[in-house]
Amino acid sequence: MSADSTAVPLVEAEGLTKRYLIDRTIMPGSGRTLYAVDGVSLTVRSGETLGLVGESGCGKSTLGCCLTRLYDIDGGTLRFEGMDITKLSRRELRPFRRRMQMIFQDPSASLNPRRRIGDLIAEPLHVHGIRSRADIPARLRELMDLVGLPASYLERYPHEFSGGQRQRIGIARALAMEPSLIVADEPVSALDVSVQAQIVNLFTELRERLSLTYIFIAHDLAVVRHVSTRTAVMYLGSIVETGPADLIFDRPAHPYTEALLSAIPAPRARRAEASERIILRGDPPSPLDPPVGCKFSTRCPVVSERCRSERPQLRPLSDGRSVACHFPRPASQDASAHLHASHGKMLVENRTSIGGTRLSRSERTSQTESMVDGHPPPERYR
Amino acid sequence: MNAASHEPAPLLDVAGLTVSFATEWALVPVVTGLSFKVGHGEIVSIVGESGAGKTVALLSVLGLTDRRNTKIEGSVTFRGRSLLDLSEREMRQIRGREIGFIAQNPMTALTPVHTIGWQIEEQIRVHLNLSRAAARRRAAELLDEVGLPNPAKALDLYPHQLSGGMRQRAVIAMALSCNPSLLVADEPTTALDVTVQAQVLELLRRLRLDFGLSIILVTHDLGVVGEMADRVLVMYAGRVVERGPTDVIFDDPWHPYTWGLLASIPPLHGQRAMRLASIPGTPPSFTALPKGCGFAPRCRFRFEPCAETPPRHEQGEHAALCFIDSSDRPRLREQILYPSSDRVA
Repeated sequence: MSADSTAVPLVEAEGLTKRYLIDRTIMPGSGRTLYAVDGVSLTVRSGETLGLVGESGCGKSTLGCCLTRLYDIDGGTLRFEGMDITKLSRRELRPFRRRMQMIFQDPSASLNPRRRIGDLIAEPLHVHGIRSRADIPARLRELMDLVGLPASYLERYPHEFSGGQRQRIGIARALAMEPSLIVADEPVSALDVSVQAQIVNLFTELRERLSLTYIFIAHDLAVVRHVSTRTAVMYLGSIVETGPADLIFDRPAHPYTEALLSAIPAPRARRAEASERIILRGDPPSPLDPPVGCKFSTRCPVVSERCRSERPQLRPLSDGRSVACHFPRPASQDASAHLHASHGKMLVENRTSIGGTRLSRSERTSQTESMVDGHPPPERYR
Repeated sequence: MNAASHEPAPLLDVAGLTVSFATEWALVPVVTGLSFKVGHGEIVSIVGESGAGKTVALLSVLGLTDRRNTKIEGSVTFRGRSLLDLSEREMRQIRGREIGFIAQNPMTALTPVHTIGWQIEEQIRVHLNLSRAAARRRAAELLDEVGLPNPAKALDLYPHQLSGGMRQRAVIAMALSCNPSLLVADEPTTALDVTVQAQVLELLRRLRLDFGLSIILVTHDLGVVGEMADRVLVMYAGRVVERGPTDVIFDDPWHPYTWGLLASIPPLHGQRAMRLASIPGTPPSFTALPKGCGFAPRCRFRFEPCAETPPRHEQGEHAALCFIDSSDRPRLREQILYPSSDRVA
């Protein structure tokens, strides 16, 4: 929210690639290459929250780990505050480590069950030696206060806490380092809705109080929309669409983003207008054997010949977002903006502008099927 | 929607179901006084957070709880037979044949050491008098029915060779193998991605439409409820705190817990709120349930009477357990929907 746009971005990745060799035997040249992250470029400015969404297996967590250099990077460059950290050794990375911290999905798996909360949070302080021993107890109380837990809990063990409380502890430990970047990997997906809302609020509060920058990885689109200022949508290791969150959620330009949004179940009353839904057939293809052209071409409802042969690059549209699609929905003539404010009708309005989305069953091609699930009248129940 | 006030007897009638587990110290009630009916071709949804007692309720209806340490009171009537009085042997003939079950995690519902074809055939041959070849043909048909590509080949695959969505569809195929009249689905899409979830939900809707299947859908996702269910039961700490037709629950919920649940989901459209309305605290432990209203300790509208057992407000099919007077509801709910002076939870 702060930070002028001319400043050096906090994180800058260019053509970031992470690959794995699998099925490798002693034979030279054997094995196949899996591109978990395939040439991802992104920029995160200070004070922003970048939401990273996509289905499981799309590489969003791997990307998160690459961005904090928990994984080694196989290609491309990564800069943190303008410094190239792509190839730094573990030792050279140390001063950067405390500036970027991660929060993981399962807080119980990331807390050692045999150590007290106080020791767990103090450990990084000892390791990095950023506080003198005498100052640590005071700092611990401060951190607990920051995440809304009583200081008396420092004496307890992880099993004594509920999921939401454990996630707060995970957040306190990440904050201990006074990081400027926090990469949160599905931080609320293991929590119940009511508790999830508490933790999401904590994230927003902390961002304002400590001027943090987040990369927020999640598969829950509603949560991502709520927290992020910019959103990037991933599919099979690549970013297919990125831009301001409101733009992407209100007027998706990539057919995958659109399908993803339309797949979210919603109460009938609110769906009443949105009488159509795009249901993608099948599963994403294996990343070991991605389609030749556009990666989404095997499931895309508006696929054309060109998509099957030529892979689209991520390129900017006029409205400030970038899309990797040969036929993005034009940033447009948007009468629906007024409508959606009141009723959320925009899904329908927008969908009509992708001409080919409404295929009937008979029009399905062998590879791609777009089923339009009508929102039938109530009599279908009997 | 609710055709002719249930003239034919409902398919399933659960009345006053109370389930308690014996612990070392005491008998702990986990489900208290659960009553609901499921009509033919109806989808009834049970929502609530983890630990609300949803799964225990389902398992005891199916007779899958351990009889040695579980005390079940009340009645469960399925097609005129009282399920709780049946022997284990008789129960086994109903489960899998007349009542299909879809578990939350498809990986644990399938054994990893047999192909899915083998597993579906086994269930068919246990319940129906079919030859192995006929059972195999039927299994292939089922896999085709649930939309698995290349079903004949899929029969010979092991669960680990399938993706999550395909596994869940194999589990659904298995649940459907003997043409059950009731399908009990415990969080059937929680482990799945949204696009796959949309496929599975569409499949369930189609099965209801084509075969008149009745479904009990247990979930914590209100979006799924809103999209699928005809009627909803909202559970909290082992009790149904609110029940009613889906549209009514979404448009005019009565219970503060339902308000909180609905408000804690960030909206996908329109204005983004600065803060999400959250419910402070965590669900109570069953060993230390508060006296009176179970939700009171987390309820921001609690007042003195809440220490007593809350009364049941009723209007047609809509009912809620709460002290809040109907005239106060709109004003109080306003405070949750548009928090002006929200304190840190």
